[in-house]
Parts: sequence; C-alpha cells; structure tokens
Amino acid sequence: MFADYSMPELMSIFAMQGFAGLSLFSIFVLMALGLAIIFGQMGVINMAHGEFMILGAYTTYLTAGLFETVMPGLYGIYFFVAMFLAFIASALLGMLVEWLMIRHLYHRPLDTLLATWGLSLILQQAYRSIFGAREVGVSLPDWMMGSIAVTDLVEIPINGLIVMMLTLVIATLVYLLMFRSGWGRQVRAVVQNRPMAEAVGIDTGKVDRITFALGCGIAGVAGAAFTMIGSTGPTSGQLYIVDTFLVVVFGGAQSLLGTIASAFTISQAQSTMEFFLSGSMAKVLTLLVVVGILMLRPQGLFALKVRR
Amino acid sequence: MTRAKVTAPGLKRRLGWAGLLAWAALGLPGISVADDVNSTGLAVTEDTVKVGILHSITGTMAISETGSVQAEKLAIEQINAQGGVLGRKIEYIQEDGASDWPTFAEKARKLLVNDKVATVFGCWTSASRKAVLPVFEQYNGMLYYPTFYEGLEQSPNVIYTGQEATQQILASIDWVVKEKGAKTFYLLGSDYIWPRTSNKIARKHIEKKGLKVVGEEYYPLGHTQFNSVINKIKLRKPDVIFASVVGGSNVAFYKQLKAAGIDLTKEKPLLLTISVTEDEILGIGGENVEGAYASMKYFQSLDNPNNEAFVKAFKERWGDDIVIGDVTQAAYLGPWLWKAAVEKAGSFDVDKIREVFPGIELKTAPEGYVRIHENHHLWSKARIGQAQKDGQYKVVYETEDLMEPDPFPEGYK
Repeated sequence: MFADYSMPELMSIFAMQGFAGLSLFSIFVLMALGLAIIFGQMGVINMAHGEFMILGAYTTYLTAGLFETVMPGLYGIYFFVAMFLAFIASALLGMLVEWLMIRHLYHRPLDTLLATWGLSLILQQAYRSIFGAREVGVSLPDWMMGSIAVTDLVEIPINGLIVMMLTLVIATLVYLLMFRSGWGRQVRAVVQNRPMAEAVGIDTGKVDRITFALGCGIAGVAGAAFTMIGSTGPTSGQLYIVDTFLVVVFGGAQSLLGTIASAFTISQAQSTMEFFLSGSMAKVLTLLVVVGILMLRPQGLFALKVRR
Repeated sequence: MTRAKVTAPGLKRRLGWAGLLAWAALGLPGISVADDVNSTGLAVTEDTVKVGILHSITGTMAISETGSVQAEKLAIEQINAQGGVLGRKIEYIQEDGASDWPTFAEKARKLLVNDKVATVFGCWTSASRKAVLPVFEQYNGMLYYPTFYEGLEQSPNVIYTGQEATQQILASIDWVVKEKGAKTFYLLGSDYIWPRTSNKIARKHIEKKGLKVVGEEYYPLGHTQFNSVINKIKLRKPDVIFASVVGGSNVAFYKQLKAAGIDLTKEKPLLLTISVTEDEILGIGGENVEGAYASMKYFQSLDNPNNEAFVKAFKERWGDDIVIGDVTQAAYLGPWLWKAAVEKAGSFDVDKIREVFPGIELKTAPEGYVRIHENHHLWSKARIGQAQKDGQYKVVYETEDLMEPDPFPEGYK
C-alpha cells in the first residue's frame, strides 16, 4: 500500500501519525486522570464524569463571551483564565455532590454507579435548560487554531501541542500532590485502610471531599481543553465517558501509572490501526484487544499489591 | 343543525347500534357534514382539529430537533391566524421522543390511538422514522418527515418533506466536477445507514463519470479524533472531500481539519458536505468551516420574498440570534402541505387526503416552489452554498429545474 508514495512523503506521514498518536495519548490521559482519582482511589464509579467535563467546557464558553465583551484586549489569553475557572467550577460542584450524595454511598460502590448516572441525567437537563439544546460554539483566539508548518506535508497543530503541555503539567501536579505531599499520603492511607486511617487521626470525610473535588476539577480542565477539538453541548460528555472508563479500567483501577500506560497503549494502537484500516474497524479491534487482555488480566495492566 | 346536537350516547340508547348505523348510513343532514370531513373518528370538532408534534426535546438528538419543533409550531400558529384548516383551529399535542427509538414508537401510538390526532409532524433520524413506521401503517396515520435522508423508502403513511439522497448528491457532484474540475474524491462519513447509502450513491455517480474515489471511510457516531484520517487525506491529495459526518463529531472534524493546516477557503482540497446546516455551524464555529461547500435545498440566506417573510417571522417568534437550517425549513413545510391537502380533499380523512397528494403544491415555501410527487417525496431544487465566517451560507449554485425525487435509484431496488 506504500508503493504509490515517495520516501519523503512516507517519512512525513509517519512523523504526523506519530504526533497524532501522541496527541491522542495526552487527550486520553487528560480525560482519565480525574476519573482515575475518583474511581481508582476512592472506588466511586462516577458516571457523571463526562458532565463535569462539559461543565468545564461551558465555563470556557462563558469566559470567552465575558472577555469578548468586557476586555477584548486580553482575548488572546482568555483560555488560561478559563481553564482555571473551569477547575474551580467543577471542583465546587464536585464538593457539593460529594457532600449531598456520594458520602452516603461509600460502602455501596455499585450504588454510586446508579446515583451518579442519575446525576449525569440531571446535569444534562440542567445544561439544556440553561444553555439551550443546541451546541454552543466556543470561539478560540486565532493563534490557538493554527498549525506550525515544518515541511510542506508535516504540519503540527498548535492545539495538539497545548493539550500535550497541559497534560504534562497536570499529570506532574497530580503526581506531586498524590505521592510527594502530606495530603497525598493521607489520601493513600484512606484508600488502603479507612478504619486505621481514622484511628491515627485523619479526617477521612474531609480527605474524601477534597479528593472527589480534585478529580472533578481535573475533569473540568479537561473539558475546557477539549473545546479546542470537540463539541460543547448538553450531551457531549457522553462522547468521552466510554473511552475514559476504558482507559482507567484497562490500566488497573488503582494505579495512576497504569492509567498512563493504558492511555499510551490504547492511543497508539488506535491511531496506528485507524491509519491502516477504517475508523470503525480500528475501534472494534482496539476494544477486542482490550477485552482479550482484561480476560487474561482482570486486574488491569498494573495492579497495586494491597492486603485485603 | 338541531339534530346534530343530539349526543351520540343518547342516540345510541334510543336507536341501538344497528339503528345508529342505519341512521348514519342514510346520510341525514346535520351529522353527514361532519362525516365527510371526518369519517374515521379523528379528534376533529366543529371548530378545532388536533395534530401531533413528535420530536426529541431531550437526549442527544434535541440539538438537531429543536429547530424542527420551532418551525412546526410557527407554521401552525400562522395557519391559525389565517383562520385554520377548513375553518378549524389547529391544536397541537407535543410528545417527546427523547432520542430513544422505542419511545418514538410508543408516543406515536399514543398520539394516533389515544389522542386520535389528524396528522403528525415529527421524527428526525431515520432510526426514529423506521421505529414509528409500523405504527403509522397499522393505524393509518400520516407522518410529515422533515429530514434529508437516504431514500430507499416510500410509505403510504409518510410524506417526506426533505431531500432524498439522489436530490442532494447528484447535482452537487455534477457541479464540483463541472465548475471546479474535480477528478478525485475522498468519501468520509459517520458510521450508519445515511452516510453509507449516500456515499454508495456518490461513488456510483463519480465512477460513472470515469473519475476516481481515492478513499472511503466511516467513523463511529460521536467519534472525536480525526487526526489519522486527516493525515490520510493529506497523503492521497483528493480534489474533493465529500463529508457526511454528523452530530458532535462534526465539531471535532472541522476544528481538527483547520488545526492540521487545511484551509478550506483555498479549496485544496475542496470540501463538499451534505450534513452541515446553519444549525451545525453554530456549534462548529463559522471560522472553522469557512469556505466549505454544502449541498442542501434551503439556506437561510436565500434571496426571495417567501424566505424573507419566513426568516422575519421565525426570528420574531423565537429570538433574533436563531439560525434556520435546511431541516427546519422542511419541517415548516409540513403543516402547510397538510393544510393544502386537507382543503383539496375537503376532509381530514387520511385515505381521502392520500388520494389528492400527487400534485399538491406550495407556492409560498421559503425555498421557493415545491410539489408533492406520487412517491410522497417533494419536487424541489438542489442548491449549493459556501460557508461564510458569520455562520451563514452564500448560495453559489441552484439547479434550474425542480429535481425529481428518486428514492429508489438504479441498482438499489
């Protein structure tokens, strides 16, 4: 199938496919990090994860409108403000939801599935009532939508670069927070043994609330970032939820490192196959491979060795 | 008229069922007038007639179907303001299909059986139409269906007010070949029946001209990552990308196309879509789709007095910043076509209306003149518009004559 193309053409296509795979990888990581914290660390099956993302997207939409009317001069950098606001909005909503609903369900993990699914329906309808059923267009500053032309064929999308940088920053922050801070130690202690953690004086209720809020906040940032590549509508969150769970479960629910490894595996497999096969077939094969591996390794790629 | 006021139960008690039938069969004055207008027990009174509106106002399809609901309500209000249909005001009963096909079927049954509506305006996706079809055929209802669709269907119980696939595709491919000198095509769509059938028709037409399809591909509904296919497009360098991507995927596709450095205004490659109306551009953003060509039968920017009045009324009713896409206009035709047919038949009876359908015409349609074909689709013009930064289309081409609807093209029978 390569016979028709010249060598430089092939090289540039491989370069661009490599970049496409990497940018898909960073998108997966960004989608899945929030859920990995909530599902992996807390054991809450958060079906409303996509809706928290879309809250971030709507926050971006509102911020864009605000900057356009109030301070058009700063429009070029509104996006970074929007991401921060998206984090705050989603985290606050997450905190509220945890306090109202989730904290009553910690010992009934399967019920969190139903409860958060209900929550996702409620949020979808709320978005529909507030923003209307139609999708909204989030306009972006021009410099973010362009691409850097390396050669005639190789063009690197700027928004892909931004997503990659963002993923790197957030993943690093989460790593520092979870593994290099006192608070992270508390979280891990609560995950491993709740009664013992309580016994040594950790306020587990507070830790739970902040952990959940953090996961939701990261979802919000992801949502804000995805306005660059996807749609913003009341039900757009549903587009991401399946892939997100796939990445987290495949990686081994309790391991953040596993989440990253699984995002890498799935994204590379999918983007390579998409190039050689059609889009639908690539998806089918990816899912088949994931199902196959999960049958052999039900705990996912990486599993923490914990005493149960 | 005094005898008509005797209530039916009262009559029944006095005459019994057989007597009542005989009395009705004799065609006594008073009740016989109502009989002609409505002999099948529809919800029609001396001064009102009930109709149904059946769209998704919740769920994933609400994005698309909202416009259709607004158009149908506007048409009904306008008809009422002009005195209604056969002197009767239209009252609508709205049901929510909730983007769920079994729900559509259930609500259709409710409208036809419980509410006894005279007709239904509704459905959007082919899947929802296929779900309600058996219900409409079983209870002999009549559905006015607004969406452009893949064809390969012709039910005695449906009027298709949108374009079927050949009307949308053939003229537009002829146009890019003739006007833009296109030789190679890349077909790209979401993975379900409408894009697949459309691309099949397109491929056949392209290959018949001796031109080449260099790629044909489908992505799952809701797919948001198009980088790989964009790379493939860059590698194969087609003259035309023929796109039928739908829903949320649309936004992702056009944003990523732009981010990958493909500037549609340069027309290298040229993009021809059959799935992006003004409604979709709202979500995609005009700056991301600027320069693309769309093949539709209606654009909001159409320059004719009918359309001016329509756009003005629509904005007055639903707000200034609203946009009107192809399907919204087709939905607006439904109530007007029904009114014309009812008045020609002099009756609300579905069977009588069906007999008068062929040739029913609408001179006041926003898209211009339309006429119902014997195959229940509309004769209408095909048009091509180029997307502008402000989210509107500039019409660059329209067929001279009305195109004949051909829901069963050669090779698909």
